[in-house]
Amino acid sequence: MTGPPSSATITRIVAEEYGRCVATLTRVLGDIDLAEDAVQDALTVALTRWPGDGVPPNPGGWLVTTARRRALDRLRRDAVGRDKEARAAREEPPPDEDDPDDQDEEGPVHDDRLRLVFTCCHPALALPARVALTLRLLGGLETPEIARAFLVPEATMAQRIVRAKNKIRAARIPYRVPHDADLPDRLPGVLAVVYLVFTEGHATATREDLAAEAIRLGRLLAELMPDEPEVLGLLALMLLTEARRPARRAADGSRVLLADQDRARWDAGLVAEGLDLVRRCLRRDRPGPYQLQAAINAVHASAPDTASTDWGQILALHDQLLAVAPSPTVALNRAVAVAETAGPAAALAIVDQLAERLDRYHLLHAVRADLLRRLGRDDEARDALDAALARTHDPDDRALLIARRDRG
Amino acid sequence: MAHYLLSVITPSEGEPPSDPEMQEIMGRVAQLQQDMQEAGVWVFSGGLEAPDTATVLSRSGDDVLVTDGPFVELKEYVGGLTIIDAPDLDAALHWGRRSTEAVGLPIEVRPFHWAP
Repeated sequence: MTGPPSSATITRIVAEEYGRCVATLTRVLGDIDLAEDAVQDALTVALTRWPGDGVPPNPGGWLVTTARRRALDRLRRDAVGRDKEARAAREEPPPDEDDPDDQDEEGPVHDDRLRLVFTCCHPALALPARVALTLRLLGGLETPEIARAFLVPEATMAQRIVRAKNKIRAARIPYRVPHDADLPDRLPGVLAVVYLVFTEGHATATREDLAAEAIRLGRLLAELMPDEPEVLGLLALMLLTEARRPARRAADGSRVLLADQDRARWDAGLVAEGLDLVRRCLRRDRPGPYQLQAAINAVHASAPDTASTDWGQILALHDQLLAVAPSPTVALNRAVAVAETAGPAAALAIVDQLAERLDRYHLLHAVRADLLRRLGRDDEARDALDAALARTHDPDDRALLIARRDRG
Repeated sequence: MAHYLLSVITPSEGEPPSDPEMQEIMGRVAQLQQDMQEAGVWVFSGGLEAPDTATVLSRSGDDVLVTDGPFVELKEYVGGLTIIDAPDLDAALHWGRRSTEAVGLPIEVRPFHWAP
């Protein structure tokens, strides 16, 4: 036992251990709601005992043991729970009533969390439901927190989570890691959830905690599935993007584009970790969309300044990305690399081909404006900037576009 | 094991398949049913007549009211159904996928709340 822990310490431990505990209890009890109730009970006990007694050496094991004991008490009182009690009691020997610290629960926990990931991210659940469940059950976020993060009324979010858990139970969504043969179908659904949480957190400065949570989930997936290059690619992509956060805002709070960022302000630790992951992916040579996007960010991160960026490399990576994940927005990003390697006229030809499909996307017009200006077609460039402005309400986007128009 | 209803979601409008096309579909459906039987999941299959052959019975006080036609008219209706007994949703979705490949129409997979 260490000294009396601060409430911040306890909160941090609870956040870290929540997913682990719910995952194990779900396996033992065969029901997510029972597992959550049991873990809540255990947390209540922890919050009354730990401040006085200190945090046990293995807080996760302590919580799981306490939660299971509480669940058994609950089930004994409840006739309907007899089957489940039998199951929970059969599963593992009853814990030592006096010394829960001695219980070692680490063994099967590793697989439990992975099971829970695949259950929360099952393709039979809609993406918003998958995101909410993953944050609730694995991230340990409270329902009001998730509702705030996604700008949804609390009652709506609560209903979304209840409905998803109900479907898992009623439709018997299995609590199981998919077979290797099914993994290529199932993994993208999991990665999409984590990346959506990240982009939500990245888009808005006030929701940084969501980006941090996504990275935490990404690290967890990388720990659970170290042999899946797309899992590593997603983590690398998030780390390399997050590394630029300190440089994304000027002193007055306005947004700074990649080309104008002070690279000395990038987080060197996150860059190094991201680059290392990209190198691990390259060695595996099984490229996928997240790895390629991470590699593109790695090329940017490796350049000391904008001028020395290896645009040939970035173009080659966009060619690959377009081959595995074709989309007009990828084609637009590729056109930016074409402008740097083959000149603005070649890039403009590509952008004009995309104009119809991406007409409502403000960045198409912003990119077009830049190319026209470089070609000396200033009037058309100004029209394109106006078109971009007419297509976005985001204050940061608008500020950047207005500044460009005023520069002429 | 749990029971799942696999419904064939059939459009109300549009051109129905030609006779030779229909024969091909029925051939694939027969094969699928055999595969389900061999896998031990098959409970029942059937194709339904058009919705305008339906009659609705509903309680009205002490009486039972008889109404001509389907309960609701929709752009799609259940044109046929299969009931399977499968260990979990992943297994049910496997057979649902096979069904939509065989029939060429969307398949709704829905769990039973109870079954005898």
